[in-house]
Amino acid sequence: MTSTTAGDVPAIEFKDVVKRFGDNVVLDELNFKVAKGDRVTLIGPSGSGKTTILRLLMTLEELSGGLILIDGDPYTHEYRGDKWVEIPEKRRRVVRNRVGMVFQQFNLFPNMTVLQNIIEAPVHVLGKSKAEATARAEELLEQVGMTEKRDFATNQLSGGQQQRVAIARALAMDPEILLLDEVTSALDPEIVADVLEVLRNIAETTDITMLLVTHEMAFARDVSNRVLMFDHGQIVEEADPETMFTNPSHERTKEFLKAVLG
Amino acid sequence: MNDESIWDWDTAWAVLPDLLQGLVVTVEATVIGMIIASILGLLIALAMRTPTRWVRGPLRFVVDFVRMTPLLVQLVFAWLLLVDIPPLAIGFGVLGVHYATYMSEVYRAGIEAVPPGQWEAATALNLPRGRTWRAIILPQAIKNTLPGLGNYAVSMFKETPFLFAITVVEMYSAAQRFGANTFSYIEPLTMVGLLFLLVSYPTSLLVRRMEIRLA
Repeated sequence: MTSTTAGDVPAIEFKDVVKRFGDNVVLDELNFKVAKGDRVTLIGPSGSGKTTILRLLMTLEELSGGLILIDGDPYTHEYRGDKWVEIPEKRRRVVRNRVGMVFQQFNLFPNMTVLQNIIEAPVHVLGKSKAEATARAEELLEQVGMTEKRDFATNQLSGGQQQRVAIARALAMDPEILLLDEVTSALDPEIVADVLEVLRNIAETTDITMLLVTHEMAFARDVSNRVLMFDHGQIVEEADPETMFTNPSHERTKEFLKAVLG
Repeated sequence: MNDESIWDWDTAWAVLPDLLQGLVVTVEATVIGMIIASILGLLIALAMRTPTRWVRGPLRFVVDFVRMTPLLVQLVFAWLLLVDIPPLAIGFGVLGVHYATYMSEVYRAGIEAVPPGQWEAATALNLPRGRTWRAIILPQAIKNTLPGLGNYAVSMFKETPFLFAITVVEMYSAAQRFGANTFSYIEPLTMVGLLFLLVSYPTSLLVRRMEIRLA
């Protein structure tokens, strides 16, 4: 795992990011950086803006102000002189290719088989041949333990199986950055471990930069090297997981951890 | 007159070939009308989603206009206006356009019923807009519209007798013609009703089963 070294271009940089929904300010001039290969867990009470950060990074929400840089490249907006302008979709697509996401509700395409779900984007976005994409998909299916479900319809799978396919689907695009949005929250407790095991394996065998929002504190402690505690759209505390979970310094963090860890 | 009953089987058998020929035209009109309605309806639904106001505004007006005026009036109007086009073709076209306005609503609902998560997953995979529509949204939306399509097909089928007004010889006008020549109306018209029922009832049962299966 690489850690933040001065002078390196960060994988992700938020500069004075503002996000409003109507009058509700969710993120208020937020600044933070994520170094390449970092595994960052975002924690904090609901409504603190964690998921919004992931959704902004996936361009599922529009910025209200500020900049997001991926590898130093402006992503959705940039300054031309003093003017804050939107970057057209064509240029966004280039940067978006480096980012992948796994959702709480899996969001597999129900009109496609497991394999079709995985090869759809490699074929139609990356321009891979069907054979090449299929070979890679089979590797990934093996990695997530779903080889025998290759030709199944998605509605024949359990939630945990669907999520493992969704992880394979995201990885098939070879993202530099992987966003994990409460990926185990919709799963029955007994399946959570399987999905976390898959993710742990990916964390150990790749150098993908990961940003995760999770309520699984033990998992966060396991895979992440940095934890950011959010409240009201601001980072209130930042530490390595060991420190954050055993010896938090901020009052708000102590309260929050006490509430979730019991 | 004294031994003449209301129903005469010989008359019924005599008219049957004419009616079956008419039924062919009726089914033809329904199938071609529905094909036009399905394609045009989808195009209308997609055009209604464009952000440009000057596309949506006029289109909305045309759609409402077609929907708020009677099919019969539209048929006769088109027939009087388009003298060079064979009546049957006018019938296909008017039925198709009329039902396209209804089908566009079915498509709109079908498209909106696709969960937002599907769009989000497509964005997360960086799929281009066109590909997202073709490979993900439309296949799911169209599946949602199949029962609506079936219901409108049954209702279009039942409205084909209006083609009588523009001289198309479908089942109902075949019966009228037979009646005018023989002064026997009861048998032909009863059988027209039965033939309609014979086709539309099983079809509607099929549609209902489809609805249950898709629900």
